[in-house]
Amino acid sequence: MSDQLVLEAKSVSKFFGTITALQNVDLHLNKGEVLGVVGDNGAGKSTLMKVLSGLYKPSEGSLFFDKEKVTLNSPRDSQNLGLEMVYQDLALAGNLPIGDNIFLGREPTRKVGPFNFLDHKKKKQLTEEHLAKLKINVKSADQKVEELSGGQRQAVAIARATAFNAKIVLMDEPTAALAVKEVGKVLDLILNLKKLGVSVIVISHRMDDIFTVCDRVMALFQGTNFAESELKKTSRDEVIGWIMGKKD
Amino acid sequence: MDHGEKRLMDKSQESLFVRLIPFFERYGILLLILIMIAVLHLLQPDVFLSWRNVTNIFKQVSWQSMLALGVFMVIVTAGIDLSVGSIIMLSLMGLAIASKAGMPWYVVMLVAPAIGFLCGMFNGIGITLLRMPHPFIMTLGTLYIFRGIGNLISGGVPITGFAEQIRVIGNGKIKLDAFFGEGAREYIPTSLILMIVIFFIFWIFLNHTRIGKWIYAIGGNPGAARAAGINVDRILIVVYTLCGFLAGIGGLILAGRTNSAYPNAGLQSELDAIAAVIIGGASFFGGRGTVLGVFAGVMIMGILRNGLNLMNVSVFWQQVLIGSIIILAVYIDVLRRQLATRT
Repeated sequence: MSDQLVLEAKSVSKFFGTITALQNVDLHLNKGEVLGVVGDNGAGKSTLMKVLSGLYKPSEGSLFFDKEKVTLNSPRDSQNLGLEMVYQDLALAGNLPIGDNIFLGREPTRKVGPFNFLDHKKKKQLTEEHLAKLKINVKSADQKVEELSGGQRQAVAIARATAFNAKIVLMDEPTAALAVKEVGKVLDLILNLKKLGVSVIVISHRMDDIFTVCDRVMALFQGTNFAESELKKTSRDEVIGWIMGKKD
Repeated sequence: MDHGEKRLMDKSQESLFVRLIPFFERYGILLLILIMIAVLHLLQPDVFLSWRNVTNIFKQVSWQSMLALGVFMVIVTAGIDLSVGSIIMLSLMGLAIASKAGMPWYVVMLVAPAIGFLCGMFNGIGITLLRMPHPFIMTLGTLYIFRGIGNLISGGVPITGFAEQIRVIGNGKIKLDAFFGEGAREYIPTSLILMIVIFFIFWIFLNHTRIGKWIYAIGGNPGAARAAGINVDRILIVVYTLCGFLAGIGGLILAGRTNSAYPNAGLQSELDAIAAVIIGGASFFGGRGTVLGVFAGVMIMGILRNGLNLMNVSVFWQQVLIGSIIILAVYIDVLRRQLATRT
């Protein structure tokens, strides 16, 4: 089990002035594992994700990628190590087609003389291949994102995060803004990622999400590790109890 | 019922007008130009489509189109540049002073685009690094500043008489003797060729380079652009600088066309440029519009003014008409956005 460890945080603390957002939090993630992170508002979930993605520097503690200790100075650093974050507000440009959004900032180009021009053909081909790999159904890769449903947009955001062979994907409330019938599609997508060997951390308030996709669930309470369990060894009621700070 | 079916059903319930909108969005503007040409040809059969009048339209729009192209890029980023009319005047004055000082023509020629470039960069730096709350405010300020400087350096009086090489740019004729026989009066204006070349270069820039793609992305969602690692401030500085540069080229063309620099040059032309961009289908909210649309918008303004002048319609009615067309064009944009958010 431990030889598959892709990400580990050891006694991470984060202080904002006199406020303690995280206190000696441990987290580990294995290859192809889906870890659910639950906790009440202010429990430190988002702060932990921001530490893992390099947006915040931990005040204490250390991070290990593939068992190697790393220091992250920006989200760029974690991206280079194969970690991608899917933002809650999705961070997509609605006026651009799906393919343009997936490759925004990393567009494939071809050289013509001294100039670099966009390689529209290659972008389209890569987009279609990637969408097919993730089993994402859209009418066309050229469809504008603003024409898509909420669930399709979430799928594009996840496709964008995984387009460059991400090994770890962090998702902050991936189903929060979706219509009920679209939640299933996004959860299927997470299970697809798992099959492809991608490790996923899902923050969610929805027990349905956690109990559909996760292998393991950990609860934070007031900035500390509160409880953790294999999913099959716990129950919804117990996890809900953890969120409220109750343990048997 | 699955989602696709439901959308199809909704579609069939929409009125004919609504279903025709995508068609008009793509071809409506070309249709409008053709209708305008047909109507004006019927009203002025001997004059409107004459070689002389058509080349005259192109010569008139050539310098204005430079402003529209620059302002278009700015509007794609959801910004605005009110200062281009003043940039054209300042670059024109700079050119005239360089010319009067006896500098060689190739230096004089570079002065106008260089001044435009610097003015645009000043706008871009003000908007990004000084964190002005909106480009409107920065460029409203420079609208006054640039024209003021133009009057300060010229003393507020016109300067006339430029080298032949400068005049060729705005007023040059490429003879077509080969097609129409020796001594034919038909010709192609140099400024038309220059305009087509520049529009083609910027079409490539906006559609086939990464920076062009990022300009559209910034207009669509600056947050997404930032999250994708794009340096939004740097791209905005590039856009405003290019806008100023194009206004400087406009100044150069205008210098050649009128053979003089005058204090009122380009007055309110920033508004014509914005109007052409909006009529050409670009969205004021950013992220939408095409170079071809800008060209069409510029042509519509040019044809309209020319046709109304030919028919001796008063300038006051021209103002009323152009204003109405702007409002109509934006109303179509509003309808388009409503449709986009409804699905």
